Amino acid sequence: MGNLLEAQSVSKNFGDFIALNDVSIAVEKGSIFGLLGPNGAGKTTLIRIINQITMPDKGHVLLDGEPLQRHHIQNIGYLPEERGLYKTMKVGEQALYLAQLKGLDKAEAKKRLLEWFERLEIGDWWNKKIQELSKGMAQKIQFVVTVLHQPKLLIFDEPFSGFDPINADIIKNEILRLREDGATVIFSTHRMESVEELCDHIALIHKSNKILDGNLNAIKRQYKSNTFEVGITTDNASELQRSLSEKFIVSPAEFKTLNNELKLNVKLSEKESANQLLNYLTTKGEVSHFLEVIPSASDIFIQAVKNN
Amino acid sequence: MNHLPLIIKREYITKVKNKAFIIMTFLSPLIMIGLFSLVAYLSQLNNTKEKNITVLDESGQIESIFTDKETVKYTILKNVTLENAKTIVEEQESYGLLYISDFKTTIDTINQDEKRSVDVAFYSTETPSITIISALESKVKEHLKEINLEKKGVDQLTIKNAEVDITISQENFTGEKTSEADSIVKLVFGGAAGYLLFMFIIIYGNMIMRSVIEEKTSRIIEVIISSVKPIQLMLGKIIGTTLAGITQFGIWIILGSVLMLGASLIFDIDFSQVNTPQQDLVTQAMQNPDGNVNMQLFISAFFNMPLANLIIAFILFFVSGYLLYSSLYAAIGAAVDNETDTQQFMLPVIMPLILAVYVGGFTVIEDPHGTVATVFSFIPFTSPVVMLMRIPFGVPIWQQILSLLILIGTFMFTIWMASKIYRVGILMYGKKPTYRELLKWIKY
Repeated sequence: MGNLLEAQSVSKNFGDFIALNDVSIAVEKGSIFGLLGPNGAGKTTLIRIINQITMPDKGHVLLDGEPLQRHHIQNIGYLPEERGLYKTMKVGEQALYLAQLKGLDKAEAKKRLLEWFERLEIGDWWNKKIQELSKGMAQKIQFVVTVLHQPKLLIFDEPFSGFDPINADIIKNEILRLREDGATVIFSTHRMESVEELCDHIALIHKSNKILDGNLNAIKRQYKSNTFEVGITTDNASELQRSLSEKFIVSPAEFKTLNNELKLNVKLSEKESANQLLNYLTTKGEVSHFLEVIPSASDIFIQAVKNN
Repeated sequence: MNHLPLIIKREYITKVKNKAFIIMTFLSPLIMIGLFSLVAYLSQLNNTKEKNITVLDESGQIESIFTDKETVKYTILKNVTLENAKTIVEEQESYGLLYISDFKTTIDTINQDEKRSVDVAFYSTETPSITIISALESKVKEHLKEINLEKKGVDQLTIKNAEVDITISQENFTGEKTSEADSIVKLVFGGAAGYLLFMFIIIYGNMIMRSVIEEKTSRIIEVIISSVKPIQLMLGKIIGTTLAGITQFGIWIILGSVLMLGASLIFDIDFSQVNTPQQDLVTQAMQNPDGNVNMQLFISAFFNMPLANLIIAFILFFVSGYLLYSSLYAAIGAAVDNETDTQQFMLPVIMPLILAVYVGGFTVIEDPHGTVATVFSFIPFTSPVVMLMRIPFGVPIWQQILSLLILIGTFMFTIWMASKIYRVGILMYGKKPTYRELLKWIKY
């Protein structure tokens, strides 16, 4: 499968401030792409360039191999971080208006809206004004409006903010369902657990530069340190810890278990394998816990930003 | 995709369906007419109050002219000293005391050497109204003059016969007859057109600004501009709000006239009696020396105006002038986060507008083709108002076209500039921008 979206060497300055410096990303068709970075890194600027809200100073963006043009906005659904609705307008009228702006005709928009409202069980909101709804309720409407025109590319900036866990889960499942139906998703968030759950591929932007890019699992392999969490019950714990320290780099570990074992983090050198460690341990006592430490997206994020 | 009609429709419908808008539409004419009726009623009340003036004429020669009128009654005192008369008047609580001293019946008493050989004075508790004083003055003066003339052997009839009455008949070189009424009708129409534009800009410019701010504060703006170009949104907003404004103005005019008619029938108030400065001019002109009130003159004056030119120019200048200012209002709305921050930017927008109304009001009356009026009718920020005021007096077509071209050029520039500010401003939150930052936005 090819790439649905490619940003090639995109740069953008606002006066003296460099918002993006030569950033390239490639989003594979049908994938969920996590665009990560600390606040003010330039994520929103990149997203706005993709949405043709701002124009890049240098570089270009290709959608489906074509340079971005005005008509492409119909193929993109964008849920901005700073989002809201007209407070005094009724839910139904408003959703119809926004759908029409995305190029749907009124009858088709109404049909699809009613389907969505029914599935999310919000059908009785049609004639309510936005100001009568809670923030989470308004967010749901916004989500529906974003995806209603069935765009090829969906861009969600912090989609879960304002949702309680139940509704966040509903939205997460809807995003996965949309991907099943063939949509490609760019996903920008600070919530690393949702990155773990959803993203196939991530790019990390820090201080206007891309500092990390790739398949999430590949990045994790790259960032793992060959460290294992070990839990072992033995008669002479201090003796074991001393002899392990001679062979490996050892530090105390913290994890929850039922028994009072010796808990250690053991870092292997590149030459040693997990089996060698395990074999050694079994000769010393009862191994109840043995787990490779895989860096979380959050760890990678923090480490990559620190290193830079 | 052209979404402009869709945006215009939404802006129009949400404006027109807004409760505050509906209330304003129907309540304003009621309040206006109510106030107007009240003023008319009160001024009638004021006039109808009877005034008692006591006259002490020591000469005995003038008192005969003081005959009772509907609103003024005279009491003539005889054989009383001035001091006694004062006490009497004070006790009676009458309006005041007019005192005329004795004077010799010969002509030389009122000669140039002795400037005031007759004392005329008015004593009252409160400061008397200026109209009463001047009426009394001219009454006494006229009568004294007559007495003097008679002493010289000129009788009343001779004086009457000697009076000449002329009205200057006005005609332009193409042979069309004009009259004094013409100038007044032109002034009224020009002034009304200019003032209407002024009001329209202030009311609906503000409405546009508020609606831009609303989109910013409700954070919907980014959703919208990921679908449409900011300039489309801005133009849609301006046009939609303008249409709502025209609807409101239309209803005001219709409702206003109906209510005015109704009020004048029910409460029996004659609105033409409410004295406004313009109406004074009108009544003055109508009471020309012949005394025949000539409505005919005003009707023909109306048709003497370059009507076709007037209507076309009104539409063109109104629309361009309004667009010029409303784009500035939209830009201000985009630059700030809330209405309280708008003050700083409002002033430079309002200033030329007020200047236009004042310059138009003073110089056009003075001389519609004078240097100041002409120059201001070319400066784009004042030209719509001033030109509209000038046109009824006949402005050469080339001047109108030139002024309009300058105006259109300027509004294209301001719309371009406003759309730049708008494009950047709508995504900026937090800090209120400075003028320098605004300039930077335009350059982005």
